[in-house]
Amino acid sequence: MTKSKSAAGRALRAAFPHTIPILAGFLVLGMSYGVYARASGFSFWYPVGMAVAIFGGSLEFVAVAMLTGTFAPVQTFLMALMIQARHLFYGISMLEKYKGMGWKKPYLIYALCDETFSINCSVEIPQGVDRGWFMFFVSLLDQSYWLTGTAIGAILGGVIPFSTEGLDFAMTALFVVIFLDQWLKEKKHWTGLIGLGSALACLALFGADGFMIPTMACILCLLTVFRRPIERGLD
Amino acid sequence: MTVPQRLITIGLCALATLITRFLPFLVFSPQRPTPKYIRYLGKALPAAIFGMLVIYCLKDVSLLTGSHGAPQFIAIAVTAALHLWRRQMLLSVAGGTVCYMLLVQLVF
Repeated sequence: MTKSKSAAGRALRAAFPHTIPILAGFLVLGMSYGVYARASGFSFWYPVGMAVAIFGGSLEFVAVAMLTGTFAPVQTFLMALMIQARHLFYGISMLEKYKGMGWKKPYLIYALCDETFSINCSVEIPQGVDRGWFMFFVSLLDQSYWLTGTAIGAILGGVIPFSTEGLDFAMTALFVVIFLDQWLKEKKHWTGLIGLGSALACLALFGADGFMIPTMACILCLLTVFRRPIERGLD
Repeated sequence: MTVPQRLITIGLCALATLITRFLPFLVFSPQRPTPKYIRYLGKALPAAIFGMLVIYCLKDVSLLTGSHGAPQFIAIAVTAALHLWRRQMLLSVAGGTVCYMLLVQLVF
């Protein structure tokens, strides 16, 4: 027991410095998410509950927007799958690293968000530090930052003395920034244009309430049909 | 939405997330190479999906009435300009959001 405790302690001390850049980002983004959810008319428990149940920032923002609309379970589920699809590839990259982690493995997989993936996938774990505990604490610390930020935002959102009108734009700005980062990574911008173009065309055709499912179908079709030229542009 | 409908919506989001996180560990193995088509989608999907989400955020903007989407487009331009300038996600998001809040509260 003492041996495993000290192994855990060493791993925590080794893991923490790697998570500091995530600390600031998650606190601020989590806070804006908490305030945004409150400003959209939800109680403290909605953003905090979603932070635990979903634990994926982009989808949590979208979920708040979906909760303010009409009940559309099929569209909700398909959108959630598409938004979270990138996690499939995180998982594939971590198959080897998360092997033989015992009881920690289910938690490591559940908590595999973008930021935790970026650390656990690339970090050089120092000699003498237990790999399982190290990756466990990276995951746990990152999740606690997000949860703390969300909770602070969800409390502040109820007492903010100025008008929060327009704060919902945080979600738009977040997606613009992520989109731009993806866009800049590619030499040719076909995939970004396919996403924008499909959504715009389907919005014009099907209207605001029913365009997301056709958009996702359209994106998958176009990516499949134009795979060869797109793949050449990706490399 | 009623409370049960809200809980179902949140549950579906959580379920979809769990599926995308656990599926690779259930169907792929480190020994077997991942199908090429799946690997291709991994590289090609993100930009398309976030492009889609930007439009999703703007779906209720009316170009023909009210302020014609001017505050949204100005704030997006500010967000993008900040991001191209500094490449600091938090600065770009905060700057764009504050700009939008000022526009809708004071100007439009």
